[in-house]
Amino acid sequence: MDFGLSEDQLLLEQTVRSFLADQVPIERVRELRDADCPNDRAIWTALAELGITGILVPEAQGGSALSLLDAALVSQALGHAATPAPFLSSAVMASVALREAGGSDAEAWLGGIASGEQVFGVAVTELFSVREEAGVRLDAGKLGGKVMMAIDAHGADFVLVVVDAETLAIVKTDAPGVGIERLPTVDATRCTAEVVLDGVTPEAVLQDAGRAIERMLQAGRIALAADALGACESMVEQAVAYAQVRRQFDRVIGSFQAVKHMCSEMIAEVEPTRSLLWYAAHSFDTLPDETPLLACHVLSHVSEIARDIASVATQVHGGIGWTDEQNLHFWFKRIATARHLLGGPEILRDQAARLQGYAPAA
Amino acid sequence: MDLEFDARYDEFRAQVRDFLDKHRPTPFGGLASGKREDRVAWLSLLIEHGYWARTIPKEFGGYGAAPDLLETVIMDEEFNRAGVPRGMNAQGPAMLVPTLLNHGSDEQRRRWIGPTMRGEIIWCQGYSEPGSGSDLASLQTSASEDGDDFLINGQKIWTSTADVAQMCFLLVRTEPDAKKHEGISYILLPMDTPGIDVQPLQTMAGSIGENSFNQVFFSDVRVPRSNVVGHRGEGWKIANTTLKHERNSLNANAEGTLMRLARLMTEETINGVPAMASPIYRDRLMALQARAFSMKHHGMRMLTCSLKGEPPGVAGLIVKLQNCQLNFDMAALALDVMGELGALYDHSKYERERGYWQAHSIFSLGLIIGGGTAQIQKNIIAERGLGLPREPKPQKA
Ligand SMILES: Cc1cc2nc3c(=O)[nH]c(=O)nc-3n(C[C@H](O)[C@H](O)[C@H](O)COP(=O)(O)OP(=O)(O)OC[C@H]3O[C@@H](n4cnc5c(N)ncnc54)[C@H](O)[C@@H]3O)c2cc1C
Repeated sequence: MDFGLSEDQLLLEQTVRSFLADQVPIERVRELRDADCPNDRAIWTALAELGITGILVPEAQGGSALSLLDAALVSQALGHAATPAPFLSSAVMASVALREAGGSDAEAWLGGIASGEQVFGVAVTELFSVREEAGVRLDAGKLGGKVMMAIDAHGADFVLVVVDAETLAIVKTDAPGVGIERLPTVDATRCTAEVVLDGVTPEAVLQDAGRAIERMLQAGRIALAADALGACESMVEQAVAYAQVRRQFDRVIGSFQAVKHMCSEMIAEVEPTRSLLWYAAHSFDTLPDETPLLACHVLSHVSEIARDIASVATQVHGGIGWTDEQNLHFWFKRIATARHLLGGPEILRDQAARLQGYAPAA
Repeated sequence: MDLEFDARYDEFRAQVRDFLDKHRPTPFGGLASGKREDRVAWLSLLIEHGYWARTIPKEFGGYGAAPDLLETVIMDEEFNRAGVPRGMNAQGPAMLVPTLLNHGSDEQRRRWIGPTMRGEIIWCQGYSEPGSGSDLASLQTSASEDGDDFLINGQKIWTSTADVAQMCFLLVRTEPDAKKHEGISYILLPMDTPGIDVQPLQTMAGSIGENSFNQVFFSDVRVPRSNVVGHRGEGWKIANTTLKHERNSLNANAEGTLMRLARLMTEETINGVPAMASPIYRDRLMALQARAFSMKHHGMRMLTCSLKGEPPGVAGLIVKLQNCQLNFDMAALALDVMGELGALYDHSKYERERGYWQAHSIFSLGLIIGGGTAQIQKNIIAERGLGLPREPKPQKA
C-alpha cells in the first residue's frame, strides 16, 4: 500500500517545473498574450525534447507511454506556471482518443503528436453543451457545421472533431472549407476557437469510437482539473509569500488572524483535492471502471474551490492584486476559463449522479 | 412601519414612467470614454425632474425636495425596470457631495455640489498610498504651510479616475507632530495644479470597462489653505464619513443587476433549453434574489435611520461587506449560465453583452478590496459594531 507519487513521478514533476520556471517565466507569458496565438511552437518543441508531447503516446509510435497520473503532473505544472501550450488538446485528449480508437487510421497520427511536429486541437464542446446551434454532420464523406470553443484549434495543424457519440474525424486546419476563428477569452493563455466546416473532406474518419471518445473526455477532465489545481497552488503560494512581506499597522499582514485564516482555508481546500486528483488520474490506467465518476467529481470540485481561491488570493494582495502588473490575474483568468471548458460543475455533477443511477432516466 | 403607497405615490410612479418613456439617455458611456456633453445633458435633465440630486437644496444645485423613502424606492424600481442609470455612479456624487453637505462651508457647497452632480466636474479620491492602504491613517503625503497656501509633497496610489478628473479630494498630513489620526486634513485640489503627475496603472480588467487606476505624484503642489474641508487636523474624522458614504453607495443597486441576470437567464439557452428552465440555475437565482431583496429592504431601513438622524449601528456596518459579495456572486451565476461562452472577452464573436459579466465579476472583486477590504470591514463590524476588543498592538522588537 502506497498512496503517493513515485520517485520517477517526482523527478518528472521537478523537471517540468524547473524547465517552465526557466524557459517560460511569467514575463514570457505576458509577451505571448499579445501574439496571434499564444501557443508558441518553440515552447512546444522544447517540451517535445523532454518527452512531454508524447507522454501518453505508445512507444511504438515514438511516445513515452506514461500514465495519466504522469500527464496530470505535467498539466498541473503548466497550470502552475500559466504556460500557454496545447498540452490538454494534443498530448492528452487527442493522444488518448487516437490510442484508444486503435487501428492504423488512428495510430498513424500519433507519431507526429509525439514528436511535437503536429499539433492537434480538439473540438468536443457539443458533447456536453450545445449553444448557437452548433453541431457537425457527416454527409457522404463531407463534414459540415460548426463547433464552438474548440480547444487549441487556432494555431493547430489538425483538429480532432467529435462528429457524434460514436464518430471522430480528423480535419486539417488549412484544408478547403475549414474556417477557424479564434474566440478570445479573458484567459490569454489558452487558445479557443470556433471551427466552421463547409463541405470538408476529413483526413480520416474513425467509426465505432464511442469508448475512445469517452476515455478522451475523462482524460481531458482530469488533466484540466490538474491544470486548474496547479493554478490554485500558484495563487496560494503567491498569497502566502506576499503575506510574509507586506506590512500594515506596523506588522506583516500574515500576522493578522484574518489573513492567516484566508491562507489556511485555501490550502485546506487544495491539499485533499490534490489527493483526489492523484486517485482519479491513477484510476484511469488501473481502475478504469471508477474513472467516469472520478473524472466528473475531480473537475467539478476543482472548479468550485478554484473560484474561491482565485478571489481570496487576490484579496490577500489588496489593491496591487487587482493590477495587471502584479500578474496574479493570469491565474485568476486561467481558472475562470477552465471552469467551463469541458463542462461546468452543474453538468459534471448531473452526470455523476446519472452514472450512479441517482437520477431518474431522462 | 408605514409603507402605504397612497394615491400620491401612484401618481409619482406614473410620472417617473412617463419620464422614462419620453427620455432615454444618449449612451454617454463611462467617465473616460463617454461624451461630456451627453453626460451633463442627461444629469441636468434628471435634476430638473428631481430624479437625481433630489434632496439636495436648490441653492447648492439640487432639486430641493424633502427626503421621502418611498419616492426613492419608486425611482429605483422604475429606472431599474427601464434599464436606465439613475444618475452617475462616481466618487464625486457618492462621496464628496455628502461630505460637503456634512462638513463643507457654504461657499464650498455652492461652488462644488451643483457642477459635481451635473457631471461637469469629475473627482478622484486621493486616500491610499503605497505604504498606507488598510492602515490609511499612517499616510505620509505632506502639506506644509507656505503663507496662505499649503505645499503638497508625496504620492497616492490606486487612484481611480485620476487621469480624467478635474478635482481631487485628498488626505494629507498637515500636523506632522500630532498623533497619527489627528494630523490629517481633507483638502480639495484642482488636478491641473502644477506639480501633479498622474501615471496610469493597468488593471486586471484588461480591455473592458472603465479601466482607470493611477498613481499620482505631488511635488510642491500649491493649494490655498481655504481649500481644506472642515478644520485642519480633522481630516480623519471627515474621511470616515466619506468612506461611510462610499461603503453605502458601493453596489447599492443589487436589484438592477439581479433583473439583468434574470433577463440573461431567459434569453440564454443550453442544449436548446432556456437557462431559466433549469431547476439548478433557477434555484441559485432565487437564492440571490432573496439576498438582493434583503439588501434592498435593508437599504430602506438604513435610509430611514439617516432621515431620522438615528445611528444605524452594526446594521449599517455590514452593508459594504454584504453588497460586494452579493455582486460577485451574481456575476458568478451569470458566468455559469453562459458556460463555455461566458469566458469570451475582448469583443470576441458570440461574446454576451459585450463582456459585461466578466467585467462585473472583476470589478466586484475590485470593490471587495477597494474602499476598505472585506477583512477590514469584518474587523470594524466586530470592534465598532459588536464591541469586541481591538487586536493587540504588535510587540516592539
Ligand atoms: C478597484 C479599486 C479601486 C480603488 N480606488 C481607490 C481610489 O479611488 N482612491 C483611493 O485612495 N484608493 C482606492 N483604492 C485602494 C483601496 O482603498 C485599497 O486597496 C484598500 O484599502 C486596501 O489597501 P492595500 O491595497 O494597501 O492593501 P493592504 O492594506 O496591504 O492589505 C493586504 C491584505 O491584508 C489585509 N489586512 C490589512 N490589515 C489588516 C488587518 N488589520 N486585519 C486583517 N487583515 C488586514 C487586507 O484585508 C488585505 O487582504 C482602490 C482599490 C481597488 C481595488
